[in-house]
Amino acid sequence: MNWVELVELAESVVARQQVCRLRLLVCCGTPCMAAGAEAVVVALKEKLAELGDPADLELVSTGCQGPCSRGPLLTVQRPGQPELIWQKTTPELALAIVEAALQQEPLPEQDRLPEDWPFFTRQTRLVLANSGRIDPESLEQYIGLGGYDSLAQVLIDMAPDEVCSGVVRSGLRGRGGGGYPTGLKWQLVHKENGPRKFVVANGDEGDPGAYMDRSLMESDPHRILEGMAIAGYAVGAEQGYIYVRGEYPLAAQRLRNAIKDAEKAGLLGSRVLDSSFSFRIDIRIGAGAFVCGEETALLASIMGKRGQPRIRPPYPAEAGLWDCPTLINNVETFGNIPSIFKIGPEAFSAIGHGKSRGTKVFALCGEVVNNGLIEVPMGISLREIVFDIGGGLANGAAFKAAQTGGPSGGCISAGQLDTPVDYENLQALGSIMGSGGLIVMGQQSCMVDVARFFMEFCLDESCGKCVPCRTGTVEIYRLLSRICNGSATNRDLQHLEQLCRMMKDTSLCGLGAAAPNPVLSTLRWFRHEYEAHVEERRCPAGVCSMHELPVHLLGEQLLQRIAASRSDGEGF
Amino acid sequence: MAENPAVPPVLNADPRLKVVDRAMKRLRYQPDALIEVLHTAQEAFGYLSRELLAYVASQLKLPESQVFGVATFYHSFTLRPKGEHSCIVCTGTACYVKGAGEIVTRLEQAVGVRAGQTTADGKLSLGTARCLGNCSLAPMLTIDDVVYGPETPDSAVEKLRSLVEVTDELG
Repeated sequence: MNWVELVELAESVVARQQVCRLRLLVCCGTPCMAAGAEAVVVALKEKLAELGDPADLELVSTGCQGPCSRGPLLTVQRPGQPELIWQKTTPELALAIVEAALQQEPLPEQDRLPEDWPFFTRQTRLVLANSGRIDPESLEQYIGLGGYDSLAQVLIDMAPDEVCSGVVRSGLRGRGGGGYPTGLKWQLVHKENGPRKFVVANGDEGDPGAYMDRSLMESDPHRILEGMAIAGYAVGAEQGYIYVRGEYPLAAQRLRNAIKDAEKAGLLGSRVLDSSFSFRIDIRIGAGAFVCGEETALLASIMGKRGQPRIRPPYPAEAGLWDCPTLINNVETFGNIPSIFKIGPEAFSAIGHGKSRGTKVFALCGEVVNNGLIEVPMGISLREIVFDIGGGLANGAAFKAAQTGGPSGGCISAGQLDTPVDYENLQALGSIMGSGGLIVMGQQSCMVDVARFFMEFCLDESCGKCVPCRTGTVEIYRLLSRICNGSATNRDLQHLEQLCRMMKDTSLCGLGAAAPNPVLSTLRWFRHEYEAHVEERRCPAGVCSMHELPVHLLGEQLLQRIAASRSDGEGF
Repeated sequence: MAENPAVPPVLNADPRLKVVDRAMKRLRYQPDALIEVLHTAQEAFGYLSRELLAYVASQLKLPESQVFGVATFYHSFTLRPKGEHSCIVCTGTACYVKGAGEIVTRLEQAVGVRAGQTTADGKLSLGTARCLGNCSLAPMLTIDDVVYGPETPDSAVEKLRSLVEVTDELG
């Protein structure tokens, strides 16, 4: 396929969709499937078959549409009319909607989401632009929405270094959490000389409470492939790898199919779009090790080894896979690339705040009314995310904390709700942007217990290579457990802080260096809870059992018991 | 298939070995492909026995220690046979704040094994996972890879009733 054929195909897909008098988009993301989306699809399929499968009625099984806790979701598109979305769709409701639409009658209002619902209106969807609008298994539908056009444009109009500087101008920074300027990384790899270079997409999304990458890979796989191909052209690589987390078999399957389709159409493989550029992509499946999200560990894992990080430098840009220059970015970062060249680097950098440009996808979960996947411009306040988009806490409960960045991040308290969300501000609050998990907690969550939860996670996932992380996680977990069971003293609290700082300063990789963040941030914003545990032996949230006694109280208790036995008349 | 001297007697003539052989052939016996091969082997056999690991090592020309090292490093690989069915409770952050801990405790009580173990009759393996990425369904679990959520301790026990003998809380 060449550019002309690509454009023609896109036009024909659009023309076909425009004559449809009714398009039904059923969300088939995992949460909607668990809520019964399959029955809706089956019912609609039967209905269309009954009508003789007319060409002007289209049923599409899409990826994630967003408000995941309200599934199954059904989006209805009709020419010249606003798009409408129903929540908690049953087969009966779906059939009633189709009947009414075909009869030109008003559609049922039951369970319809309002058109001006802030959950949608407050979002800016670039990376998720196609998610929930296309069948992820269909290359045609991706092309219909302008897919692979950025790649074609880049291959024809731009030199590789121009592509790199375009990414620099866009202001895009790594979406995996680190926030390193993406364009700079591309330029570094571009400048390296090597017999071979590689492009690697990090889809090893291990943070508990985050599923942006899974959803993107499952809902819009071609976007990632296109972003990687543009990167390959820019840095001079002919081989790419996507490292998919082992727990995400559907994402791996969708990507595999997408690669096959793209290769068949000449959009990947040798001589991409009839140019002299060739680019192959292979999938690597992870095997359940959180540390593999760290770039050097991930590269070791791709090469079939234990996923243990190594000291940097040399950075992967100089010596990565098989010691060749390697560009490694998160899948969401690659997902931004087609948008940058579609709207232009300047338009992209016009979105955002401070040094953080563009948008960020968050998995908004926990005690919030509207759980789901959202994409917001950088700089939006946490309050807008939690209360406008998220609809506040369930049952009107009071907000206590938001946890961002998973086990490498921290908890943000109610007093900081108005801070604009960007890399710098979150770091100043002791948390990090992280990959995008955002868990909202109410008053019934104990912050010490939450810190202990994350430390237990890091303890399990520490690869054991460096001492600070291997023993530090165990020791900090033990101290937190003592605070939670009531046996801690003030000295333990000091010891805890000291140990956290030491671990932060001395760990080999990001896992260990960031593991104390949940503890330090809760100590900073919720110190009174730690103090209540230690000094008053009381858990304000009522979560911790507090059944043990601190050492200095043991003697006292013994004396009390002796005194009690004396007063029982046992005598001296 | 011709007799392969490298095949240990326990595995000889095991048809499942063919699947592993085919995977290694497809990956051109590259040592880098070790993790892919182990995935295939575990899918075929259900777990990775010492004999199987030794066989893979000899075929990929890797030291057995390295293969064993990789197999024990990653959580997905298991060196012990698994139960007929599997139930995995997600203990990611969203599930945790919404009470996954209580579900795990209740299920452990109901089936009589700790998380990470298999029931004595080999019917069910109970496990936990660090986030399965379905946070909007929290607290959630999977039974034989089918996703269920949101769950309560009671609803979770009910779901296992048809697979394995469960002890009720008061019983």
